[in-house]
Amino acid sequence: MVFEKVVEILRNYKEEPELEVTMESSFEELELDSLDTVELVMEIEESFDTSIEMDSELKTIGDVVGLIEKAIA
Amino acid sequence: MLTGKTALITGGAKGIGRAIALKIAEAHGNVAIVYRGSEKRAEDTKNECIALGVKAQSYQCDVSDFNATKIMVAQIIKDFGNLDILVNNAGITNDKLLIAMKEEDFDSVIATNLKGAFNMTKHVGAYLLKQRKGRIINISSVSGLMGNIGQCNYAAAKAGLIGLTKSTAKEMALRGVTCNAIAPGFIDTDMTKDLKPEIQAEILKLIPLKRLGQPEDIANLCVYLSSEYSNYITGEVIKVDGGLYI
Repeated sequence: MVFEKVVEILRNYKEEPELEVTMESSFEELELDSLDTVELVMEIEESFDTSIEMDSELKTIGDVVGLIEKAIA
Repeated sequence: MLTGKTALITGGAKGIGRAIALKIAEAHGNVAIVYRGSEKRAEDTKNECIALGVKAQSYQCDVSDFNATKIMVAQIIKDFGNLDILVNNAGITNDKLLIAMKEEDFDSVIATNLKGAFNMTKHVGAYLLKQRKGRIINISSVSGLMGNIGQCNYAAAKAGLIGLTKSTAKEMALRGVTCNAIAPGFIDTDMTKDLKPEIQAEILKLIPLKRLGQPEDIANLCVYLSSEYSNYITGEVIKVDGGLYI
């Protein structure tokens, strides 16, 4: 459920409703730079009403999903 | 020149901040005036801006308070419906020779003058980045460039603002947000009225243009940096000091 929501936010952000996203998709592959990543994570945090630690270890969508799942568990 | 734009000015009740608020209003920009203690003067400035035909509102907030600034910025965006320009102007002095300076004298000046600008830039910056457009103007000081006896705290904070300006400029450039600093010299405000007359006379000797600056001298540049005329300028520090530091 977290993954679906993250994908929805990501598709809105990129304005690409058909964007292919998997847990393994990296920010780099998705053509998101560091500022995009921060903005996106902020939107995701807002949507789940939680906060996660943003560090350089965040490389894939799966990384973000994992941290959100942990934060809201 | 700034029709439809909204500017947030910290320390906007009096001195340089007040002049900036009025000049922006003259250029048809809306203004959100942030003040900490000067409620009456903030009201006066607000009313003068409204008389110039723009939307203006005043907000009480201590910019050194991270959470308070976050709440206030959200409120301003709600009240005005947009936000385009941030002027980090709020500043205090607490002059003493370093050797006589207490820890809290140092901390309080850094908290308002430097951390306050970080707090505001973080909260307003998030909005400007999303908008893909915006202006951030930090009011530094010639003190931060050349140092000044009795102002190790103030000069450190103002030099810190220059580092903040340049880093912010680099980080936000890709999103259409520019960030510049203005470094005023000795400007005729409450802050410099506190100086002893003999010190004022000494200072005048050092200024090639032979007068103190007026708050409007700073405000004019601030309007320019807020306008389309300065689209290609970012990460810059501009002195407005009558030639004091050449």
